[in-house]
Amino acid sequence: MSDATINSNTVTGEAGFGDYFALLKPRVMTLVVFTALVGLLAAPVPVHPMIGFAAILFIAIGGGASGALNMWWDADIDQVMKRTQRRPIPSGVVERSEALGLGLTLSAMSVVMLALATNLLAGAMLAFTIFFYVVVYSMWLKRSTPQNIVIGGAAGAFPPVIGWVAATGSMAVEPWLMFALVFMWTPPHFWALALFMRNDYDDAGVPMLTVTHGRPATRRHILAYTVLLAALALGTAFTAVGGPIYLVVALVLNALFLYGAWQIWRRDEAMSEADNFAVERRFFRLSLLYLALHFAAILAEAVLRPYGLGGW
Amino acid sequence: MSLRVTQEMHERRFGRNLGVALLLAGFIAVVFGLTVVKVTSGGFEPPRAPVSEGE
Repeated sequence: MSDATINSNTVTGEAGFGDYFALLKPRVMTLVVFTALVGLLAAPVPVHPMIGFAAILFIAIGGGASGALNMWWDADIDQVMKRTQRRPIPSGVVERSEALGLGLTLSAMSVVMLALATNLLAGAMLAFTIFFYVVVYSMWLKRSTPQNIVIGGAAGAFPPVIGWVAATGSMAVEPWLMFALVFMWTPPHFWALALFMRNDYDDAGVPMLTVTHGRPATRRHILAYTVLLAALALGTAFTAVGGPIYLVVALVLNALFLYGAWQIWRRDEAMSEADNFAVERRFFRLSLLYLALHFAAILAEAVLRPYGLGGW
Repeated sequence: MSLRVTQEMHERRFGRNLGVALLLAGFIAVVFGLTVVKVTSGGFEPPRAPVSEGE
């Protein structure tokens, strides 16, 4: 018996409630909840608070279900990567089959309930998002191409669109601007993580850009995507979801983000090793704030618009 | 199996059962709330009984 098995958490079938909750990737769920909420509130249609609450709840559960299905599929590589070794399946607390069962059940429940609570289109979009994250990203792209997170990032970008559709029942350009913001933000966010997690993806055999094209190429990609993201984020200020508040927020954040990306591009591995990837870690933390504040600004514009303060 | 492990196992089971119970209660509350909102806001129209012409 190895030391790793002498752990009360490894008593199979005796996982606590929190262990099952951890399968739903609660930290990712907060992003899903917030962006979906902004999509729902930015829509030009009033939504009954109960229906709005239910819509966000079921979108969050759908996002959590796809997280559980991702952990079911990726249990083998989660076991290898330091960042994911303490997840419920690799740590032996929850069995893979339990994650599969929980993921499928919650997926079906969330899609049906969202369709009933709001409209069929929103339910269908949630189903497509779960399918995209689990099948297209986790099962196909993640292990086959360094473009995995570029294309797979779409899965995390859908929630504001679903929120908007849940409120309006139809498509419009505005939620796709929010989609584009998350979509373009995802690559620099994850590539910064891949830089300072160093050998994690290599050990797991996941073809991240750092593994297939090398770390200097990843630094160039971070800068290139950040430039494109900044153009998109600033351009969004002059659209229907933007306004002066958003413009000020976007100007400050994009200046900081561009500076961070430029610093990452200028550094080599020796410099990064010397300060334990301080700049890359700071850029990663800033990326979290970047997305949250952009969406908070969109929300502020939408909330203030009825009072003649938001928008142009 | 030591007493300590057994105690921890019971605590985990209790926590899990309590969590599931609270979730089910919450789900019922959400469905009930949605039903009330849908019915009172005109989102749901009950089917009307057919009226024959002879009456």
